[in-house]
Amino acid sequence: MRYSGLKVITEGLFGNKGWKPAWRDAAPKAEYDAIIIGGGGHGLSTAYYLAKNHGMTNIAVLEKGYLGSGNIGRNTTIVRANYYMPGNSEFYSHSLKLWEGLEAELNYNVMHSQRGQLILAHSDGQRDTLARRGNAMINQGDDAELWTLDQVKEFAPYLDYAQTRFPIYGGLMHKRGGTARHDAVAWGYARGADQRGVDLIQNCEVTGIDIENGVVKGVQTTRGAIRAKKVGMVVAGRSSQVAAMAGMRLPIESHVLQAFVTEGLKPVIDSIISFGMGHFYISQSDKGGLVFGGDLDFYASYAARGNLPMVEHVMEAAMTLMPMIGRAKVLRSWGGIMDMSVDGSPIIDKTHIDGLFVDAGWNYGGFKAVPASGWCMAHLMATGESHEVARRFRLDRFRTGHVMDEEGTGSQHNLH
Amino acid sequence: MRIPCPLCGSRDRREFYYYGSEDYLKRPSDQGSIDDLDNHLFLRDNPAGVTRDVWYHEAGCGVWMVVTRSTVTHEVLGSEPVAKQKEA
Repeated sequence: MRYSGLKVITEGLFGNKGWKPAWRDAAPKAEYDAIIIGGGGHGLSTAYYLAKNHGMTNIAVLEKGYLGSGNIGRNTTIVRANYYMPGNSEFYSHSLKLWEGLEAELNYNVMHSQRGQLILAHSDGQRDTLARRGNAMINQGDDAELWTLDQVKEFAPYLDYAQTRFPIYGGLMHKRGGTARHDAVAWGYARGADQRGVDLIQNCEVTGIDIENGVVKGVQTTRGAIRAKKVGMVVAGRSSQVAAMAGMRLPIESHVLQAFVTEGLKPVIDSIISFGMGHFYISQSDKGGLVFGGDLDFYASYAARGNLPMVEHVMEAAMTLMPMIGRAKVLRSWGGIMDMSVDGSPIIDKTHIDGLFVDAGWNYGGFKAVPASGWCMAHLMATGESHEVARRFRLDRFRTGHVMDEEGTGSQHNLH
Repeated sequence: MRIPCPLCGSRDRREFYYYGSEDYLKRPSDQGSIDDLDNHLFLRDNPAGVTRDVWYHEAGCGVWMVVTRSTVTHEVLGSEPVAKQKEA
């Protein structure tokens, strides 16, 4: 079924009885050409591009819960391409271009809104760094504008400009940055993959990976054994556990990142604002809630909920940046489990086991990467070669010294 | 979360700095291979369940310690100084 405005009107006239489920509830077959473990954003987009770009339609996505039940439904929905380092820069640039055509591509409203992202500078040094980053973005073919204090004041008059502790010097505006409706991204890719014949198998937890003589043969699941020549592990948040089934350790430590949303308010923040002195950023959802987040809780955790010290820290950062937020009530908060890699950059690579691939280590930047991650993982699984914009996301880059430490904070997972 | 310091007793989590899995303490010898170093530095244990990790009582007595805790429930099960572990 193709969605359109006309379809909405005609269905409305006839009691909305014609809508069909957006995808089939498939049962597992005994064998597929390829299996993707993980029915989140990245897994579903991998399946979609395997079918669309590479004609592989005899494939299955195995999800232990329901589709989109992981971090794709637990993030702060920021989409941007403002990375500095070679490797990251071209990858996120590619991803943003895919975002810009995503709704037409999927015939699905993902509510992608390019409302702009403003990163603030609070010192001369920070402004220089933003200028350098902006130049890298422009060289990559993306957009960046270095804004003066007056421009920032005109754009966001509600920030606290009078304070002396963290004075605002200016900012870097990335106008093509924005937000999207996170669940819809998973659903859109799921629907698109299903239409191309991909089996989306829910409530099917992988319990083992079958390997013979260094070659992958399939997986064991709670719904029986499934054979496949190619298996992709796309399970950020649980990457270490799934990789352990193949006898592997990954350069990943799992951490919890909290996010918060206030009660619905009238429109007040019409872009994304990132506070340069605390790891704090904020935007306003279409429902009106202010959505904001901060740092990791700093210790390894799989609890999907955070601790109070970081709640306090995030609220302090919010009040420091925009005192008006003190009038808003926080409605809810939640935590997501992050695959924190050693250098803060992701992994899309083969493993030492023939036919077994890994897409992991998305830190807290996985949402904006969903289209390009699937695009590049599908390319890797179909051709056996890394896609050109993901060729530096190597699994062995720590061993060989080719790290991509975007923030320059060293080889400690929780500092990125 | 409160963490039991072996010297100061139960203290606020904010007094401590986190260093990750106790694999951090198992430094390979000078004659170790690149694989040994890779394993030591980057491929550390990351369990969903009971873990043993290294913390430093930064805003307290300065002791380095190994904390046994659950990464799933945030329950803290115990701690001991790194120095004591090295003696054993």
